[in-house]
Amino acid sequence: MTTILKASDLGISFGGLKAVSGFNLTLETNDLVGLIGPNGAGKTTVFNLLTGVYQPTEGAIELEGHSIMGKTPHHLVKLGIARTFQNIRLFKEITVLDNVKIAFDHQMKTSLLSSMFRLPGFWKEEKSIETKAIELLKVFNLEKYRYYSAGNLPYGQQRKLEIARALATDPKVLLLDEPAAGMNHTETHELMDTIRFIRDRFNIAILLIEHDMQLVTGICEKITVLDYGKIIAHGLPQEVINNPNVIRVYLGDDD
Amino acid sequence: MNDTKKAYILNTISVILLFILLHLMLTGGMFTRRWQSVVILLCINVILAVSLNLTTGVLGQIALGHAGFMSIGAYTAALITKKYMADFSATDQVPLGIYVIALIIGGLIAAFVGLIVGLPALRLRGDYLAIVTLGFAEIIRVIIEYLDFTGGAQGLRGINKMTNLYVIVAITLVVIFLMFTLGRSRQGRAIISIREDEIAAESSGINTIYYKTLAFVVSAFFAGIAGGIYAHSMGILTAKTFGFMKSVEILIFVVLGGSGSFTGSIVAAILLTVLPEVLREFADYRMLVYSILLVVMMIFKPSGIFGRYEFSLVNTPKDIKRYFAKRTQKKKGAVQDDNNTES
Repeated sequence: MTTILKASDLGISFGGLKAVSGFNLTLETNDLVGLIGPNGAGKTTVFNLLTGVYQPTEGAIELEGHSIMGKTPHHLVKLGIARTFQNIRLFKEITVLDNVKIAFDHQMKTSLLSSMFRLPGFWKEEKSIETKAIELLKVFNLEKYRYYSAGNLPYGQQRKLEIARALATDPKVLLLDEPAAGMNHTETHELMDTIRFIRDRFNIAILLIEHDMQLVTGICEKITVLDYGKIIAHGLPQEVINNPNVIRVYLGDDD
Repeated sequence: MNDTKKAYILNTISVILLFILLHLMLTGGMFTRRWQSVVILLCINVILAVSLNLTTGVLGQIALGHAGFMSIGAYTAALITKKYMADFSATDQVPLGIYVIALIIGGLIAAFVGLIVGLPALRLRGDYLAIVTLGFAEIIRVIIEYLDFTGGAQGLRGINKMTNLYVIVAITLVVIFLMFTLGRSRQGRAIISIREDEIAAESSGINTIYYKTLAFVVSAFFAGIAGGIYAHSMGILTAKTFGFMKSVEILIFVVLGGSGSFTGSIVAAILLTVLPEVLREFADYRMLVYSILLVVMMIFKPSGIFGRYEFSLVNTPKDIKRYFAKRTQKKKGAVQDDNNTES
């Protein structure tokens, strides 16, 4: 087990508001960690900090022992941090296949002139990327939709495609922002299997935000609970859901 | 792969046919001088339209200063050939090699200016490019009128003419080819992804600032090429030609044809160049007709004539077949529904 992603004492303030403070997290290979908390607790802010969308005002983030502070999101993708979004963000008007191919871009080398004049290198790389993309789509049973516009896929498939696109960037850490949002019971179950399968097949660490407690306790090995930007509990699922603080935050006080 | 090869063969054949047709028309004397200049203008407009389509249609950023880049290319190329002709040549025929080199240098300088203008605006999210380019084109125009070596407000005269239709049509076809290939490559995909969702593109590993600038710079390059062709077809350049209305005219080609579709840009550029020539008596109303066309278009088909559809010799016949198959199916379905309700 090696540490991949480590956040220590991470915090950000927007003006006078401390959205997140003192956030600690360690992700190791094959970890599956859940990040939960009530609305507005700062879960997505944590994601935005880890992916470089926001720059933290305090604390440090390390990826495989190297600081990744101040790097732009696309650079972090290259280094191995991929994510999905709470409200699906696909390239809706282009094909499913192209959606995945785009995520391979930073692994491609064809130059602009080579692309424009269709030099042999272009065909070779294009072919290998196509094969890779289709392989990835097959993992998610999406290959039959490859020429559909991404926006025309059913909701559940769009979620899957977004995960496939994130995986195409060849990540070491995958951050999933509410992957089960808007899914029914069966779809959620199917998704749980998929997430587990991804972790084992691609050997990556997964951090996921979720409201669906069944999903979180079902697949996460560790859970971190956020409230008002602070960690109020961290540990095994059973410990966490029985933690009085967590119960108070989710269900309210006795009085 | 099979379809790709088929497409290449078909396209090559049609290009050869087009040149044979052009040759027959030229030698057969079917082209009057006036129509020859219309065809040149048409080629220039097609290049301008497809190049702006890369920025406005494919990248999704509105640019209002395309005429500015055109003017940079035009003046650069014209000054280069003028200098060459004055120093080394006795005849007044520009050698083809010098002409092409002048065009490319003109394009490169336009591209370089595009980089300087575009980079600060494209680092930001949002429509800053429209404002920046709008101002830029006006500044360029004023600078050209101010400087001496550009001929000032009187214009640059005595540019050696180059009105060989074969060469100009060939250049246009090459530009169209390059645009299509760029659109269907990793760079093209990356640029499209920015149009679709900039945040998602960034988090898929796309360097959005780089690709935005790339698209804009390539766009400026080809506008510069078009400018060079224009300079050598007119023989005289005045800065006024490259005013705001010219930029708007190019933008209209793109929007009317369907922004994002190179086919659309080409068709719209051809239509809007040939129509005013055919209806010359109404030339004064050209801008009025443009505006009305745009308004009507925005009401009935806001995505433009072609939307984002691209014509291809391989796929289009299939698409048409599919379209009609669907329609007949629908009709049959409707008939069956009628039967059902009756019974």
